[in-house]
Amino acid sequence: MSILINKDTRVITQGITGKTGQFHTEKCQEYANGKNCFVAGVNPKKAGEKIFDIPIFASVKEAKAQTGATVSVIYVPPAGAAAAIWEACEADLDLAICITEGIPVRDMLVVRNKMKAKEAAGGKKTLLLGPNCPGLITPDEIKIGIMPGHIHRKGRIGVVSRSGTLTYEAVAQLTEIGLGQSSAVGIGGDPINGLKHIDVMKAFNDDPDTDAVIMIGEIGGPDEAEAAQWCKANMKKPIVGFIAGVTAPAGKRMGHAGALISGGADTADAKLAIMEECGFKVTRNPSEMGRLLKSLL
Amino acid sequence: MKIHEYQAKEILRKFGVTTPNGIPCFSVDEAVSAAQKLGGKIWVVKAQIHAGGRGKGGGVKVAKSLDEVKSYASSILGMQLVTHQTGPDGQKVRRLLIEEGADIKKEYYVAALTDRATQKVAMMASSEGGMDIEEVAHKTPEKIIKVFVDPLVGLTDAQALELAKGIGVPEASQAQAVDAFKKLYTCYMETDASLAEINPLILEGNGNIKALDAKFNFDSNSLFRHEDIVAFRDLDEEDPAEIEASKFDLAYISLDGNIGCLVNGAGLAMATMDTIKLYGAEPANFLDVGGGATTEKVTEAFKIMLKNPKVKGILVNIFGGIMRCDTIATGVVAAAKEVHLSVPLVVRMKGTNEDLGKKILAESGLPIIAADTMAEAAEKIVAAVK
Repeated sequence: MSILINKDTRVITQGITGKTGQFHTEKCQEYANGKNCFVAGVNPKKAGEKIFDIPIFASVKEAKAQTGATVSVIYVPPAGAAAAIWEACEADLDLAICITEGIPVRDMLVVRNKMKAKEAAGGKKTLLLGPNCPGLITPDEIKIGIMPGHIHRKGRIGVVSRSGTLTYEAVAQLTEIGLGQSSAVGIGGDPINGLKHIDVMKAFNDDPDTDAVIMIGEIGGPDEAEAAQWCKANMKKPIVGFIAGVTAPAGKRMGHAGALISGGADTADAKLAIMEECGFKVTRNPSEMGRLLKSLL
Repeated sequence: MKIHEYQAKEILRKFGVTTPNGIPCFSVDEAVSAAQKLGGKIWVVKAQIHAGGRGKGGGVKVAKSLDEVKSYASSILGMQLVTHQTGPDGQKVRRLLIEEGADIKKEYYVAALTDRATQKVAMMASSEGGMDIEEVAHKTPEKIIKVFVDPLVGLTDAQALELAKGIGVPEASQAQAVDAFKKLYTCYMETDASLAEINPLILEGNGNIKALDAKFNFDSNSLFRHEDIVAFRDLDEEDPAEIEASKFDLAYISLDGNIGCLVNGAGLAMATMDTIKLYGAEPANFLDVGGGATTEKVTEAFKIMLKNPKVKGILVNIFGGIMRCDTIATGVVAAAKEVHLSVPLVVRMKGTNEDLGKKILAESGLPIIAADTMAEAAEKIVAAVK
């Protein structure tokens, strides 16, 4: 078991014909069961063609109808990415994973509210992961996104983070000390996104094959604090927590659009304190995440 | 991206929000003729820098004669204006706004910003205008009224009226306030702002509502569709190192410490800075080289870091995923040679082609210190600069 995706997941790639889409689709195909998982691409101008033996369809709806795929991954450039998310939602997919970095915040605000309105009206709920995220992986089964597959190893530890390379750092530390991962999820560095820490923590809590979780956050926004409060009341598994940005100055955007301290409660120190209060084993040393987790098992 | 007050007011006027008449000026002569052109008996001479707290720092003066306009303009133009937002060195004043005086009966606060938790636009208003809103939020949070706007619906009349009544706008002026709030909301959405703040919004003696001061920040992801706003960019207000870095698509922010760091990924970059602090030193910068770092990008990154005279050592921390460690190692060696690196350099590499990368560094003939973990790298660079 794992969360959100496994070897039987079938995936549509939106933006498969672009440079980034092509590069990563090939890598995802090469990983574990990827050859069987990546079944469709979308590009209205190239419908009927094939790329890496993957058929291209004119729309997500058609790709879904023809292949039975329920998940999409989006590499569409920023100006059209929110529309691509909406297309996945309108096609009633289970999950859309948006890798694209640099989507206008207003576009994300509009599409998120459209998704919520559809759901409120009784429409199917499509989960969104990202944008501006590395994607997610269930080791030895399927990789959807841009993470390096070879650092992962199948196992029972969950990893969730806003930052891509910091997810890889945690995964590599775990693998090095012999702890594999059930799933590793990058929720992305944007201020307006889909799945949040709390949603992924809930999924790990419910997954019988996850024993413990590393939750990594960063400065800006209320998400980590919300997740911590939920975990305090509900989480049955040990958690290691780390927050990046103790040294970040207030009011400056630190690379990620969402990594900006704007109040008092969204500093790294404030979040670390809340997590500790809620029963997380927190560390201020990001090189210690793996070893600290091992000590909790 | 930030802009000046006079530019913010220009945008507000375009969307129909009333502001005092004013003219931006770059010299004392221009300031005097602006005052003449505006007419009246009272003028406000306002320093234009990208920081708040200008009044307290002595950058805003009320002039009651043309002579006073001249003398205030002379003293403010060129001064190093220090406010709580500029840092101790202050910011040099290069532009002024000369504005007609206003008959202020009451000052309010209103702002639009994106609320991450609800994924809606928050419209915030307060009866405590003219003050630092964070202070109001801290001391008297009950004096801040908020409504959350669904972008699919927009700010409704009922919501706008709730704000106007909530902050105590007199009944006769409520319609004007509602109109101003709705226009501010439209302006916020259409310009892709991340913050649109009017502080203070004033009630004049005659009952009119006016925006006396305004501040905008814009979402940098959206600038590609706003040429008019990009034209407002004032490079004098930005850190030259950050401007240089942005030319090479590097995310760079200057900090106060003495250890330069070059990292791929924003989260890992912050984590690296934090580790440096954990081992007893302070980072000199945040620098994310991104996913596709080339030799050229790495070289430029080294040059930018080394322009900072405070830098006594450099830590490179790369997690090679898609980017291979050997590519980065080649870039680091070429960069170190090109800039004739004279400060200690610690390199930590992990991930794809790690061994090949380490070999390239070891065989380069350069005194590069290798490290296996982020912690070890931080410990070594801190020891090397002591």
